[in-house]
Amino acid sequence: MTRSTAHNEGPKSDHTPVLKLENIHKSFGGVVAVEDFSLQLKAGEIVALVGDNGAGKSTLIKIVSGVHSPTHGTISLDGETVTFADASTARSQGIEVVYQDLALADLQPVYMNLFLGREAVYGPLKLLERKKMMSETQALVDELDVRIPSAKAIIRDLSGGQRQGVAIARATHWATKLILLDEPTAALGVAETAKVEKIIASLKARNIAILIISHSLDQVFRLSDRICVLRRGVQIGVKETAKTSKNEIVSMITGVS
Amino acid sequence: MTKLTSPNQWLDPKRYVVYLGFVLIFAFFAITLADDGFLTTRNLSNIVLQTAPATIMAVGFVFVLSAGEIDLSFGSITAVSALSAAVIMQEHSMLAGIAAGLGAGLAIGWFNGVMVAYLRLPSFLVTLATLGLFAGIARSMTNLRSIPVVNDTFTGIFGSGSLFGIPSLILWTLGAVIVGHVIYRESRFGAHVLATGDNANAAQVAGIKVPRIRLAVLMASGFCAGLAGLLYAGRIQAAKYTLGESDLMIVIAAVIVGGTALNGGKGSVVGALVGSLMMGMLNNGLILMGLPVSDQMIVRGLIILIAVAISLRDNTR
Repeated sequence: MTRSTAHNEGPKSDHTPVLKLENIHKSFGGVVAVEDFSLQLKAGEIVALVGDNGAGKSTLIKIVSGVHSPTHGTISLDGETVTFADASTARSQGIEVVYQDLALADLQPVYMNLFLGREAVYGPLKLLERKKMMSETQALVDELDVRIPSAKAIIRDLSGGQRQGVAIARATHWATKLILLDEPTAALGVAETAKVEKIIASLKARNIAILIISHSLDQVFRLSDRICVLRRGVQIGVKETAKTSKNEIVSMITGVS
Repeated sequence: MTKLTSPNQWLDPKRYVVYLGFVLIFAFFAITLADDGFLTTRNLSNIVLQTAPATIMAVGFVFVLSAGEIDLSFGSITAVSALSAAVIMQEHSMLAGIAAGLGAGLAIGWFNGVMVAYLRLPSFLVTLATLGLFAGIARSMTNLRSIPVVNDTFTGIFGSGSLFGIPSLILWTLGAVIVGHVIYRESRFGAHVLATGDNANAAQVAGIKVPRIRLAVLMASGFCAGLAGLLYAGRIQAAKYTLGESDLMIVIAAVIVGGTALNGGKGSVVGALVGSLMMGMLNNGLILMGLPVSDQMIVRGLIILIAVAISLRDNTR
């Protein structure tokens, strides 16, 4: 079993990894979901997590986002060991998740979704600062080139790609350290997938670490800097995307060479 | 950035159904009942005064529906609150009576809310049960007797009085609608109510305390129903178990016609006010037309059916 070590590819400005997982182990009752998993992510790096169904990818995402706590093992953010009581603790530490089912409120406008649960308010009555939220949202979607009619558009009137763009924009707005993407294009068509991939690639420039789960190896090779393979909860290895091939990754995923 | 075309919500006819319906019904009665006194100031202000309790119940109901829940029990809450206030005021001060009335509303709302928010029971079943439960309690509280309310200050504030020439019932209506509208539209709480009704799962993962929102909207509904009970008691200078009993259909219709989605996530307090006035006008007009009660019920039922059908068309979520 290969253990990942800190490869120093890419910009070397910061040596402390944003996220460091050491010997993470998670079992549910007697069932081991993740065994002895270690991984480091640097700012501006995209790491893909691949593996068959039931390999433990989603469990790992849930551990990093605070939904599950590991049975043992340590999580460090910017060199400091952290424990997450729940998802909101992880969120307050600058970790955002883009869920497969989007987690958007369909009948609300884009800007209210961007600020969902974290609305900008003023005064003792906690009144909404709509103008501020709208202009911040508009600036962000323009910057990320998420093409929506306006920040005031209702989510239900948007296409699948536009919605995923909004979900990613929301994560981008709040994440200071890490964004977790769980199958971000699973429900999208070809053109929309390309659009969303472009947005994800643009996030690298924001110096945020990104961990992405995807079933599409083509997508993984287009987007990631490194690929981490899981099989039945065991970490098979971590490869630099530029120095590996689809065949190698497929054989790591399936265990057949 | 390219601006893509999207369905323009400002041109959406459903948004204006309630206003259009209001104008149409008003015009119809104004013409057909011109000689029967429909257009007199006295009659028109009477409509507003009579709908005051229903409008206030509707304000609470907008919050409940918007959060994805329902409250069928507010009519019973109204009766219990009015009776509590009246009974207390027989022996104690007016303030104690008001506190008892509003407190009863809040307490029943809390009871509904705890079962819905924390015991995870469907609000439809919980409030259907408490509708019957508190209707029974209202009957047994005074053995079906009506309790007179003789405190002049109380009947002035909640009934026949006025301030600067404006009847107090109109002031209560305006106050409830303005406060409700600001909380609903402009406050963080209102945004959380809408998010909860729209997608409770998304609200939860966004850190909104969904159970607390569900409890709060049912308590708000209880409070509004309690206030409506005080207004009924003040207006007719007595409390009895039948108060609020017939408001269920009218309030629900007013809120739906006023643009609030049946399944939550969208709504309007101002729309509910207009919807409520429309229902009041309809009642009033049908009475002035001299229709027998049975025909009034049939016509009213049909018009509500048409109005609700138009409001909910293409809005099936």
